Amino acid sequence: MTLVRFSAVALAAAFLAAPLMAQELRVQCYSDGNECEVTGDIAKRFEAANAGTKIIIDKVPYKAVVEQLPVQLAAGEGPDIARVTDLGGLNKYYLDLTPHLSAARAKAWADNFSSTLPWFRNGAADKGIYGLMSQLTVTGAYVNKTLFEQAKVPMPAAGASWDDWMAAADKVAKATKVPFAMAMDRSGHRFAPLAVAYGAKIFDANGTPVVDAGYQAAAKKFVDWHKAGLMPKEVWGGVGGSQYRDAFEEFANGRVVVYYSGSWQLKRMDTQVTKAFDWAVAPAPCGPAACTAMPGGAAFVGLKRTKQPALVAKFLDFLSEDGNYRELMAKTENIPASLSVAKAGVTYNVSAMAKAGLNAFVADVPKIAKANFDLQGYRLNRAVFLPTAQRLGQAVAGEMSTEDALKRLASDMDEQVKAASK
Amino acid sequence: MSVNHPGAVPRAQARRATPWWFLTPNLVIMGLFTFLPITINFYYAFTGGVALYPQDRPFVGLENLATLLDCGNHFDPSTCRRDLFWRAVWNTAKLSVFQVSLMVLFALITALVLNRKIIGRGFWRGVFFYPVLLSPVVVALVWKWILQREGLLNAAVAGLGGTPTLWLGEPGSAFFWVVFVSIWAHLGFYTLILLAGLQAIPADLYEAAQMDRASPWRTLSRITLPLLMPNLLVVMVLAAIRAVQTFDEVFVLTGGGPGSATTFIVQFIYQTGFQEQVRLYGLAAAGSLLLALALVALTLVQLRASRAAEAGERAR
Repeated sequence: MTLVRFSAVALAAAFLAAPLMAQELRVQCYSDGNECEVTGDIAKRFEAANAGTKIIIDKVPYKAVVEQLPVQLAAGEGPDIARVTDLGGLNKYYLDLTPHLSAARAKAWADNFSSTLPWFRNGAADKGIYGLMSQLTVTGAYVNKTLFEQAKVPMPAAGASWDDWMAAADKVAKATKVPFAMAMDRSGHRFAPLAVAYGAKIFDANGTPVVDAGYQAAAKKFVDWHKAGLMPKEVWGGVGGSQYRDAFEEFANGRVVVYYSGSWQLKRMDTQVTKAFDWAVAPAPCGPAACTAMPGGAAFVGLKRTKQPALVAKFLDFLSEDGNYRELMAKTENIPASLSVAKAGVTYNVSAMAKAGLNAFVADVPKIAKANFDLQGYRLNRAVFLPTAQRLGQAVAGEMSTEDALKRLASDMDEQVKAASK
Repeated sequence: MSVNHPGAVPRAQARRATPWWFLTPNLVIMGLFTFLPITINFYYAFTGGVALYPQDRPFVGLENLATLLDCGNHFDPSTCRRDLFWRAVWNTAKLSVFQVSLMVLFALITALVLNRKIIGRGFWRGVFFYPVLLSPVVVALVWKWILQREGLLNAAVAGLGGTPTLWLGEPGSAFFWVVFVSIWAHLGFYTLILLAGLQAIPADLYEAAQMDRASPWRTLSRITLPLLMPNLLVVMVLAAIRAVQTFDEVFVLTGGGPGSATTFIVQFIYQTGFQEQVRLYGLAAAGSLLLALALVALTLVQLRASRAAEAGERAR
């Protein structure tokens, strides 16, 4: 009888303890390099410090985050935490971490991530804490220094314009028989700094995105560069729809002199290019209106659908602690979004070239134009980026004139914004 | 005289119910994964907004269809409100015409050759059928590696002293390669259908033709082709249906580019419903409704053609 009673008590205890023991969080993670692996390492420490918790990192392709996650979330499904790039667009699915953070930690978040927290929010009235930037990125131009040296062409100095860079890169390309002067990733995000440099304001007085004179001037210049054979047609013109295509391979294979991409490529540069030739990151090229880069990045966000909001907040807070965040930045070779970590500095175990590249990107951060910051924080920024890739791609492919492409671009953006507001 | 046994009626009823027991699992699966999505798609086509759940979507009547069909001149996509849809429609039509005619031609030639007593006939039949076994994504990736700027084809061209070409970078050549790869990948399937038809033609007809000293062309045009017509019709309609549904291979091979030169209807639907930030499910559903109408029309053509062929056979 004692044995039966003991068994019953043990069984009841096991049932009661089960929910406490089975605290499991699923983190959907895409990776540009080793972000998911490093997060997994830090998660192991979290598990050790919080007995009974299990953090499962589900590594997925970027396409899954962009195309499948929003549908999952709209259907009330999905992970507890996800690593996303559409920071403002998914706002309605985010879990506000604030109620689950102590006052001191909430203040630490507000102080350390003051520049990026608004990117997750739905307007100025929203004061929620929704996500942790796991990667703050800055766009910029990678230059094949070896080719410049071989061609004996001096590299344009800080303050040089897009035209200066294109002219110099063209000289180098001709002297070294490299097919193209410059390539840019096929992405509206990458095009934005060129547009703002040429005077694009991106938004009108009502805060609605517009294809203004600056945007048009930049688009014309961009398509003309392709027509002149200065840029490889296959990057923007070779793919259909609004699909992303990077031009890293073109640069790594020595087919372009200058490659406009961003800081997230540093790790690939260091591991795949450094041995082949010398490269450098140029200061943000200028236009008549600005010398600007485009901010961006990826973030871990808590999702409202989670059954364990407190644990989600606890894990994200753990990641945001200075020591862990510094480790995340150092091992993934990313620029910190946390002001306290940035101030204290991050020791990167990278080559001298990558270190110089990181410094160049960091130096561009204060120069980022307000329009680009606003665009990054705009909830519907992909309604600007995607049609830009689609329509300018069609113009580059010669399917329509630049004027027609710009008209279509304006109407696509307008339609998307109107549909979203319905 | 009939004798009523006790229990005879229930047994008859049970016998009548038996097929339904066997059919039920399939009916449930078909209902859940085919008919329910079709019904939901039909409903979505008449709703607007960006909400995912049907109950949250406002009814907009024919607005989505009107948006897609709104054109100054349907033959000129640039005059259409949804130019990309019409580009996709005309690309699909062009693909159907080229792909179907070339597919039928090459499948027929291949079947005729493989039906002859050639050395290693079994091996050659295997060679032609092998690509059919490959996943469309694998087919597209293999050909992408061959056709890209630093691909095998350009390496061969450079090796022969030629200038490497951007095979998938120009609208015309990208379209050509889409048709070529599709024919390469599916030729074996259609060849097999035609081969089966060729083997069903009685040999004594050819013997009689030989005795009458009929030329090979006369034999082909008066015996082979008329008797192969039912199979040719099936091949034509199946190839046309496949052309209209084209997506995976092309999406991986060209991504719909350059520009929109190889964007077909299914890709337009996918882009509208799943790739944009603001997902217009209603418009995508309306696009798929129009696609379904095209497929129904093609299927009716196939049914009518095969019935006509059967009637012709019976009359003979």
